[in-house]
Amino acid sequence: MTKGERQNLVKGLGFISPWIVGFAVFGLYPLCTSLYYSFCDYDVLNKPAFIGTLNYQDMVGDSVFWKALYNTFYFAIFSIPLGLILSLLIAVMLNQEVKGRSIFRTAYYLPSIVPLVGVSMIWIWLFNGDYSLVNYALSKIGITGPGWLTDEAWVKPTLVMSGVWQVGGTIVIFLAALQDVPRALYESAQIDGASAPVRLMHITVPMISPAIYFNLIMGIIGALQEFVRPFVMLGGSGPNRSALFYAVNLYQNAFSYLNMGYACAMAWVLFVIIILMTWGATAASRKHVYYGGDS
Amino acid sequence: MANRLRKLMLYVVLLGGAAIFTIPLLWMLSTALKPIDQAMSSPPRWLAYKQLMIVDGKGLSVGVEKLPSPDDENYAGPDTPITVQIAYQWLMQIDGEQVPVKPVDSDFDPDATAPVAVTVNYHLQANTQAGLRPARIAGNGVGHEDDGQVYVVVIDAEGYMSKISVDQTDLRKTYDQTIKDTEASFGETETLTVLPGLLTKSLIPWDDRTELAHVQVEQRAATVGDLQEKISLRWGNFAKAIDAMKMFPTYLKNTLVLCVLTVIGTVCSSTLVAYGFSRIEWPGRDKVFLVVMATMMIPFPVVMVPLFTMFRDLGWIGTLKPLWVPTFFAGAFNVFLLRQFFRTIPKDLSESAKIDGCSEIRIFWQIILPLARPAITVVALFQFMGTWNDFLGPLIYLTDQNDFTLALGLQFFQSKSGGTQWHYLMAASTLVVLPVIALFFLAQKTFIEGISMSGLKG
Repeated sequence: MTKGERQNLVKGLGFISPWIVGFAVFGLYPLCTSLYYSFCDYDVLNKPAFIGTLNYQDMVGDSVFWKALYNTFYFAIFSIPLGLILSLLIAVMLNQEVKGRSIFRTAYYLPSIVPLVGVSMIWIWLFNGDYSLVNYALSKIGITGPGWLTDEAWVKPTLVMSGVWQVGGTIVIFLAALQDVPRALYESAQIDGASAPVRLMHITVPMISPAIYFNLIMGIIGALQEFVRPFVMLGGSGPNRSALFYAVNLYQNAFSYLNMGYACAMAWVLFVIIILMTWGATAASRKHVYYGGDS
Repeated sequence: MANRLRKLMLYVVLLGGAAIFTIPLLWMLSTALKPIDQAMSSPPRWLAYKQLMIVDGKGLSVGVEKLPSPDDENYAGPDTPITVQIAYQWLMQIDGEQVPVKPVDSDFDPDATAPVAVTVNYHLQANTQAGLRPARIAGNGVGHEDDGQVYVVVIDAEGYMSKISVDQTDLRKTYDQTIKDTEASFGETETLTVLPGLLTKSLIPWDDRTELAHVQVEQRAATVGDLQEKISLRWGNFAKAIDAMKMFPTYLKNTLVLCVLTVIGTVCSSTLVAYGFSRIEWPGRDKVFLVVMATMMIPFPVVMVPLFTMFRDLGWIGTLKPLWVPTFFAGAFNVFLLRQFFRTIPKDLSESAKIDGCSEIRIFWQIILPLARPAITVVALFQFMGTWNDFLGPLIYLTDQNDFTLALGLQFFQSKSGGTQWHYLMAASTLVVLPVIALFFLAQKTFIEGISMSGLKG
């Protein structure tokens, strides 16, 4: 290492020192401790006691855990593709030359910045069985609306709708990606007689595949950690635990039942699931994601 | 022609979608401006209104349970009979003041000459060294000589009760005018026997029945034509919702304090770190940066318990510290955003400054930071929004209502009064949501740029 290099190393480390300290204290240390706790019986009040893999074994037989996992997957499987498809379609429409484009863009984007607690309040009111606007609108077209937040079968679809309502960020990312798609591609396709759906599937989707991939990963990470909506709208459980989501169950184990060790074990299982799904999505999209000239 | 049709279709779909996306927010605002009976009435209406009618020669807002619609079988235009509800109080002059009273028999004959029993609510206040304090006679003042003194229990400013002896003349009696008055602690009721002629019937606006004490409602026959409808948005709901939430100003203060601290923390630390990762070449830099990026993958639940334990050992649980101190140590996402931006600034700028003998800190401070203002605005804005919206963090770390943020306070309010006071819940939600929306309209460009930046390949 030359003297200049060494000097740069010192300077570089100096500049990033806040991150080094922060990572050590708020990242690495909790990460390691959490892994250790996951093998312990720990209730915050007493010292953690090592119990081997008992927490993980308990999980296998814990029906509440499986219910929470099922609910979370149900939410993810519907909300992620729905959100992606809907936001892609909206982005494509907004990318056309339409009058009042910025007004439309604002209308679609606004819901996504509303605080989740606020969203939950609005949703409770909008989908409240007795006086709800939604059920009134449905009754106008001859449908008797269900008890959205009281009927076990409808709780999760209601939460999915609330999630899909907040796709504004995804739309904006797609819009930004669409700006970079060369117009010439569409023009030549049009000359060749390609219909709009064909152009969408064979030009737009491949050209903005990096954005799709990015939103997919963000969607997976977000959906699997869904917490505020089920917690606030349904008190964290809902009828017959239909809204007991993984993160909610984890929170309750940690702070309501003080099973901190078990909660940490659950967190690590969640971490592994997220990594596996991200890796799966990456592997599946490797063939399909097109990174312009630089890959 | 086909093109025209396509364009029309596009507009229809876009408009329909935009309506679906905005209706929930508009419905929140609409409900926030309604009185409770209109919030819960069917069919729902967008704008709050008042039904005015001439009652006993005066214009008065009245309650109408259900307006007949022209589709009804018996509908006969303005002559269709309806039943309206009229709110009123019985008032009585006590100590030179008009006081609402409640007749024990609500069907008493006002024209009779036999006395009737009425109840009236009041509160006592004792004149102590600390000024006028709410008081209640303790055990009928038993145990005192008849010296004009009386034992009372008083509540001090901190809410503690104590028993003291005061002079009879130092006790004030105030009669309760509103429901809120009657619900205050140390409320007393007394029954008076009075001649009906001393009671006056006072008609009150329909909205006031949920505010004033001892309100009675009577039905009267009228016709549709008697009513005059006026749009009347209840802006006062916001003040009442703040009042109902009790600690709203404290929540707001805590939220703003946190927003300011976290924005400062994030901007200071992330710019430094991003500079270290983009403007200085040092061995191993890009490998370390991969670690930074990898930390973005760590789900919060994984570190939640150890962080809680750590903050508890530091004595920080129940304070705002766990929510802002970590922001002074640079978050990965912000470092990533800023690094992307710093890299676009030409190297020559730093190089020539270095030749002129500028130190690294000065280059950072005087050249890079001013140039990076757009990116810094994005980071600050996102951090502000993140803090304003955060729910899980405050839920875990804050234990006392005095430290609650708005998001947590709103949920607390809902869990206590949800399902009853929908109009106040929506007004409170509007107050939490509106600043964020206002911020969006002020900094629309920054938002869109920021989101697009975050979606760049990374």
